[in-house]
Amino acid sequence: MRRTLAFAPLVIALVVGAFFLWGLNPDRDPNEIPSVLIAQPAPAFSLGPIPGVPALGLSRKNLVNNEGPIVLNVFASWCVPCRAEHSVLTSFVERNGVTLFGMNYKDKSEDAARWLAELGNPYERIGADVSGRAGLEWGISGVPETFIVASDGTVVFRYVGPIVGETAIKKFKTALVEAGAIKGDQN
Amino acid sequence: MKRTLLSILMFAVLALPAVAVEPDEMLLDPDLESRARAISKELRCVVCQNQDIDSSNAGVARDLRILVRERLKAGDDDQEVIAFIQARYGDYVLMRPPFKSTTYVLWLAPPTFGLIALVAGWLVLSGYRSRRRPDALSKEDELLINDFILDKEKGE
Repeated sequence: MRRTLAFAPLVIALVVGAFFLWGLNPDRDPNEIPSVLIAQPAPAFSLGPIPGVPALGLSRKNLVNNEGPIVLNVFASWCVPCRAEHSVLTSFVERNGVTLFGMNYKDKSEDAARWLAELGNPYERIGADVSGRAGLEWGISGVPETFIVASDGTVVFRYVGPIVGETAIKKFKTALVEAGAIKGDQN
Repeated sequence: MKRTLLSILMFAVLALPAVAVEPDEMLLDPDLESRARAISKELRCVVCQNQDIDSSNAGVARDLRILVRERLKAGDDDQEVIAFIQARYGDYVLMRPPFKSTTYVLWLAPPTFGLIALVAGWLVLSGYRSRRRPDALSKEDELLINDFILDKEKGE
């Protein structure tokens, strides 16, 4: 009995040490909030277009029964990282043939129109979420956020923050390949 | 007199709770409003993660507060309102995480460590390392010691 007890401190130290090792892992982001939407059908929402922008509005029915997966990007003209992300999204559309929908979050229509005129409009459809209510349905915590929705309307991936920089782009591309939006050998 | 007034005023200022709820969000019905406040204290702000939405100034927190009031006005009870938001933001939005398989460690680790500490402390203090009483001396030992003492006394 006493002999087994002598090992107790060692066992406890190992267990606690393993926990600390897990906690110190630099790849682990404790601020990451897991999304409840993953593997769930896209939430119900219906948004009109931005006045003055030719793109059509966006609602849940546009996200189901598509030929391929859809990328849904939540953006705003007042959001600085969105500006940086814009060129990345544009290249996904132009070079990889990704279908991109947008949700214009809590924006003024004139500002959004000016922003899109200046930077170009890669979005096939844009819903104007003036009140931010649709954003709540999607469980967003800020802009930008980007979702991948499978052709049957199931949300398969969520990226919080701008897709800028090598690591982020690689991560998102991997998700696009897994969702079947692009082929693995495309760059 | 002036002093008294000033101190009363200071205490009155101290008593004001620090809240982020703005007047335009509040409901006219005081019952509903107090329920909304209570629910808001149970919901985490997803931007500033250690604050409840009741005391957070973040935009999303404000939207969630308005949503809570919207649901209350629609006739939801408190549990339904919380479930509505939990369905969109997950368990993470609850200030008190639910007790389930993924959170067992979270809930059980503190009492477990406390228990280990208590047991260890009790074992040490209660003389787990039992102080064995020395065996009684044998007859030969007694004789030897007696001789020794006698020798010593003689030598003195």
